[in-house]
Amino acid sequence: MSGSNHDTMSLNLKVWRQKNNKDKGSMVDYKLDGVSPDMSFLEMMDTLNTKLVKEQGDTIAFDHDCREGICGMCSMMINGQAHGPEAETTTCQLHMRKFKSGDTIVIEPWRAKAFPVLKDLMVDRSAFDQIIAAGGFVNVNTGNPQDANAILIGQENAELAMDAAACIGCGACVASCKNASAMLFVSAKISQLALLPQGEVESEARTRDMVAKMDELGFGNCTNEAECEAQCPKGIKIENIARMNREWVKGAFAARK
Amino acid sequence: MTQENTMIKKLDGKVPTGPVQDRWKTHKFNMKLVNPANKRKYSVLVVGTGLAGASAAASLAELGYNVTTFCIQDSPRRAHSIAAQGGINAAKNYPNDGDSVYRLFYDTVKGGDYRARESNVYRLAEVSSSIIDQCVAQGVPFAREYGGTLSNRSFGGAQVSRTFYARGQTGQQLLLGAYSAMMKEVSKGKIKSYTRREMVELVTVEGKARGIVVRNIVTGEFESYSADAVILATGGYGNVYYLSTNAKASNASAAFRAYKKGAYFANPCYTQIHPTCIPVSGDHQSKLTLMSESLRNDGRVWVPKIKGDKRSPDQIPENERDYYLERIYPSFGNLVPRDVASRNAKLQCDAGFGVSATGMAVYLDFADAIQRKGEDKIRAEYGNLFEMYERITDQNPYKVPMMIYPAIHYTMGGLWVDYNLMSNVPGLFVLGEANFSDHGANRLGASALMQGLADGYFVIPYTIGNYFASEKFAKVETTQTEFATALTTSKNKYAQLLAINGTKTVDEYHRALGHIMWEKVGMGRNEAGLKKAISDIQALRADFWKNVKVSGLSVDVNTELEKAGRVADFLELGELMALDALERKESCGGHFREESQTPENEAMRDDANFCHVAAWEFQGVDAVPTRHIEELTFETVKLTQRSYK
Repeated sequence: MSGSNHDTMSLNLKVWRQKNNKDKGSMVDYKLDGVSPDMSFLEMMDTLNTKLVKEQGDTIAFDHDCREGICGMCSMMINGQAHGPEAETTTCQLHMRKFKSGDTIVIEPWRAKAFPVLKDLMVDRSAFDQIIAAGGFVNVNTGNPQDANAILIGQENAELAMDAAACIGCGACVASCKNASAMLFVSAKISQLALLPQGEVESEARTRDMVAKMDELGFGNCTNEAECEAQCPKGIKIENIARMNREWVKGAFAARK
Repeated sequence: MTQENTMIKKLDGKVPTGPVQDRWKTHKFNMKLVNPANKRKYSVLVVGTGLAGASAAASLAELGYNVTTFCIQDSPRRAHSIAAQGGINAAKNYPNDGDSVYRLFYDTVKGGDYRARESNVYRLAEVSSSIIDQCVAQGVPFAREYGGTLSNRSFGGAQVSRTFYARGQTGQQLLLGAYSAMMKEVSKGKIKSYTRREMVELVTVEGKARGIVVRNIVTGEFESYSADAVILATGGYGNVYYLSTNAKASNASAAFRAYKKGAYFANPCYTQIHPTCIPVSGDHQSKLTLMSESLRNDGRVWVPKIKGDKRSPDQIPENERDYYLERIYPSFGNLVPRDVASRNAKLQCDAGFGVSATGMAVYLDFADAIQRKGEDKIRAEYGNLFEMYERITDQNPYKVPMMIYPAIHYTMGGLWVDYNLMSNVPGLFVLGEANFSDHGANRLGASALMQGLADGYFVIPYTIGNYFASEKFAKVETTQTEFATALTTSKNKYAQLLAINGTKTVDEYHRALGHIMWEKVGMGRNEAGLKKAISDIQALRADFWKNVKVSGLSVDVNTELEKAGRVADFLELGELMALDALERKESCGGHFREESQTPENEAMRDDANFCHVAAWEFQGVDAVPTRHIEELTFETVKLTQRSYK
């Protein structure tokens, strides 16, 4: 089994270590040799963890699952960037060929009041589930809806809805925002459903409820820095935030309660 | 490993009688109902929140049942259903190309190589259209034509276009639809959702499934939950092979521990090897990445005609290329079913025609499609897949042919269930990939999403009601001895794993197991290899319990300990898979016994002796399990040798 590149790399890693939610935590230095450029960033972390197991150490906890860039489980601030330096790429799809031997890499968890650290690089993102539960759905029960083709959706809106629906809920937008705002995440769901006739009916109430929940959970506000868009691994656009604001204003003026 | 057949039971799948097209309708009418006001008196635990689990949880909560869900990830939205790329089948016949419920049923029975229940498959085809209607109503953004109607595409194993899709991320969109339906019920208080929990024990009281023990991954504590029924929707067991397209947390532990509590494990040897995955690049590899099978619509599979040809693909002229699938299977060409495509890739590579540095890859070439349709059209259809390929391999598939090789992708086997999706343990229902029911010995592309959602949205809401209305339920508390015993067993097992403190890491054992499985219980299987696999796995398992090194503590997050618990189960399940493969002395679908093939190297079934489901009953870790049988009868589709020529 041989890769495309046989030269291995040596790296200096600075990793956030924190035992649990109550621990204060600190940066710890590790030196790692034998890193193949064909490894993914997480495979590099696996290699470090194997070394730690052998040395009786406690492994570094980090979230990951599909390793295909779609589940949204992986996170990590890598050298100050959410999911690292490659545009529109999750940490699991970032490969070590983007780094050079001898590089120092700083690895931290998402930092946000609403995302408390559980251990090391693993944070609690259940606030996102609470926001979805506040209204991120169409109120339809399982049963016998009309034939799928009875609802015609123009291709442009269908494509825009799909663009917004591509959000993987990883939280990079929150982590990269100086206000720890969740507006890109919230607006992506609001946009997807507002652009489709099935979801448009409830759009105003949905927007009001989701935004209220977002505020309540301690996420900050948007000040138009667009860092979320720059760091989103799925290329979600801030025009969704503009659409959310329109929906919110519509609701605010038309509200009956 | 053979045994005396004195204890063998003939299992009853509780399949309704009558014409196949009327069975589900008749059964729905005959099943008992729970009065709407009484539904709130019943509680259900749903383990796993992928397509099957989330859709079941939402639908049951909507009916009024009290539902509690558990998932291993930090959110129910992340289950591995999310990674399905290509699409979902439904017999809508929107393209007017001759599709029907009967044709989808027929294709699925034939595709599964006549090893699935006709009645289950017919029901699946029958509810397929409702799934699309339901998902559209939820706001799932399927691909559309300019006029606003839904788009379809074709997929391997079918000659009609019946696959609905949302770019290359259909699984994600369907899961987010089911997840949103679930969260709607969370907001109403009808679902309580627990995340970062791993099921470690099934609890039975008076022979009925009445609860579970879970390990809280954040605190390391064990927790007990009781209910009137338990639904397992915990996915497949492909990660036995270590390298697979499954997510890292995908595991067999919930299903396997139910097996050790008496639930039968059916057809464990039926595994699906997906033909279009990115080849292995090195020993550091932690998982394999699938490229959607939809690529075979436009990509042409080929190898050089000269063995060991080291020229770059653009230097190999047309007449020196072997488009072997088009040559051998002229009517299906590159769209043959997955097992056929995978096996042919292996045959080409084993014969020395493979490409790449390892010789373990074949080309998937888009040059003709790009010339015919234009690069823009190809980009619109497959853009995200091409980008993913380039990110992983550092090669541009618009310019150079992709290199692909088969990888473990899906498991058709699983816990045995009857027509009502209930296992032989009363009150234990099993949905989605975790059960064995609908795909026989081989699953067709775009049918996994269909089955998961059919089970969750349209089958379990009826059949669980029938169970509740037919039985009496004494109140069960988690303080009872059954729960206390299960809790102690679990705690002891994890304490033991921490105490071994040997020299080899969990991953080393997992890789070693994966190697045995891939080599001997993979695409080609034979008696000698399977016997060797069984003894090798037994030795590896014994070594694991003496020499594994699990670092860290029993409290707080300990990912090494989580992995150790799962690998301990894989080390038993792998042996069961090899045993099942050994006893099934025929080839069918994904199970290819080298002793049983046609002169053209196609899988040859033995219907006289093996037209049945094998369901295994646990007898102890080092004891031989009992092989029960459920006979399969084919009244509607005639048993024939599958041919895709």
